[in-house]
Amino acid sequence: MKSTSRLGAWVAIAIGTLYFVLPLIATFEFSLKMNRDGYSFEAYKVVLADPGFQATFGYSTLMAVLTIIVGILLVVPTAYWIQLKLPRLRPLVEFITLLPLVIPAIVIVFGYLKLYNSSSWLPLTGNERATDLLLMCSYVTLALPYLYRSVDAGLRAIDVRTLTEAAESLGASWPSILLQVIFPNVKSAILSGAFLTFAVVIGEFTMASLLGRPAFGPYLQLIGANRAYEPSALAIIAFMVTWASMGLIQVFARNARPARKTA
Amino acid sequence: MSTSPDSLTHHPEPGAGQIRKGLTLSSLNWLGVAPFFLFALLFLILPTATLMIGAFQDADGHFTLGNIARLFDDSILSAYWISFEVSAASALGGTLIGLALALAAIQGGLPQWIRPTLMTFSGVASNFAGIPLSFAFLSTLGRMGLVTVLLRNYADFDLYGSGFSILSFLGLTLTYLYFQIPLMVLIVTPAIDGLRAEWREACESLGGNSVAYWWHIALPILWPSIMGSALLLFANAFGAVATAYALTGSSLNIVPILLYAQIRGDVLHDQNLGYALALGMIVVTGLSNAGYIWLRSRAERGRE
Repeated sequence: MKSTSRLGAWVAIAIGTLYFVLPLIATFEFSLKMNRDGYSFEAYKVVLADPGFQATFGYSTLMAVLTIIVGILLVVPTAYWIQLKLPRLRPLVEFITLLPLVIPAIVIVFGYLKLYNSSSWLPLTGNERATDLLLMCSYVTLALPYLYRSVDAGLRAIDVRTLTEAAESLGASWPSILLQVIFPNVKSAILSGAFLTFAVVIGEFTMASLLGRPAFGPYLQLIGANRAYEPSALAIIAFMVTWASMGLIQVFARNARPARKTA
Repeated sequence: MSTSPDSLTHHPEPGAGQIRKGLTLSSLNWLGVAPFFLFALLFLILPTATLMIGAFQDADGHFTLGNIARLFDDSILSAYWISFEVSAASALGGTLIGLALALAAIQGGLPQWIRPTLMTFSGVASNFAGIPLSFAFLSTLGRMGLVTVLLRNYADFDLYGSGFSILSFLGLTLTYLYFQIPLMVLIVTPAIDGLRAEWREACESLGGNSVAYWWHIALPILWPSIMGSALLLFANAFGAVATAYALTGSSLNIVPILLYAQIRGDVLHDQNLGYALALGMIVVTGLSNAGYIWLRSRAERGRE
């Protein structure tokens, strides 16, 4: 009985591996075929040298970094405050942070276009800087479920109340409690939320496209519609970016584990 | 702007009646969460609410049910139906295959390194969605894709001659599975970890075989988690735009793509019908998420 179930497990893993690895191999193989006379990294050279790639990737990286900073500034104090002073609000806040998983991104951005169009009370789509701000806010919205859950879990693992009271009794002000006591203690939780946010934001298409901003996602779509080999190279690059983000999360989670056990 | 007074009136302070000093303190407490509620109101709740209201208005702002009624026009209903089919098929496939993979890695008696590898990879693949994913599948199963070419050259099988197309229902479902299966692995793993070894031992000592164990013990325990995950996967696929758009352009008439086209160029020639379309999406994803949350709470209660 045991050996047949183990055989079944191997078969499941083998088929799964085939399904997940084959597209990666196919994409990689295709990305090497730009030169007719053999495999080369020509497509990567073309992509990396494309000013459009550099500009959009840079724009999306900047957006991701801003999203992470604003997201952390919004989520950490809120989660901290809920834990310390307003635990009754926890279900409500949790519900709100989960809403972006319920409301599709395309619906949220449609709402922005209706609410903040150039003739509205708050014309955020009126000029480019304001639209950048709106796009960043939309990314913070997308990141809320990941950021909040990871920060909340990090805060639960430490004794927020004791730490706060200790800091207060030593005369620390609220900003320094947050920055010097709470932030360092949930650093790994914040970092894993941040890398996940990065992975989500860097290639995001719907919001950037409908708000008309020159982000990496719409650039990918444009290249996909017009070129043959570059899209495969871009897919491999995007996969490596995602992989790097997730790998960094693993690294920080592993470092955090022994610390949490003693806490 | 209206959040803090609003939330003040809606939720009386916890300690209001107890200590007088607490009153001013707890109204200060609200300031601590005011930025969050203001943000949620401006960038999440109001935008969605304004669409919901718009769905029940005509072009002049008068109340009407006409937009909702027009959702049942053949062209729009068929878009919902195709969306439903793709989401249901990819949720079903993702649930079954993801469950099988998670069970194999956790309980299959495989080497230790399989499980962390599967988990890390699932974390990556569940986030590898959108446009790059569509590129990957075009390189694999497109007309010039590796698998298509290999099958033609070595197995003498013409994939596209057999009626398959990456731009079709089946192609889109296969592509969606790439992020659905890993998502299932990630959600269902805690539930599988909750199965205790003693239960299997108890079953075996009472003379039950593997089938009896799975049928009478493991499956009934896992069932709410499995169903809940399937609903979450369904909602996940239903709202996805980028993958389908990059893969099929507008050749496959699914709701998110119809809505995308409407927002870009008013293809429905009726703004308010667009709002109704968005409302329909929220209703579908909202119901499946509500089902997920309900089933998850049942699963948690069962475990305690």
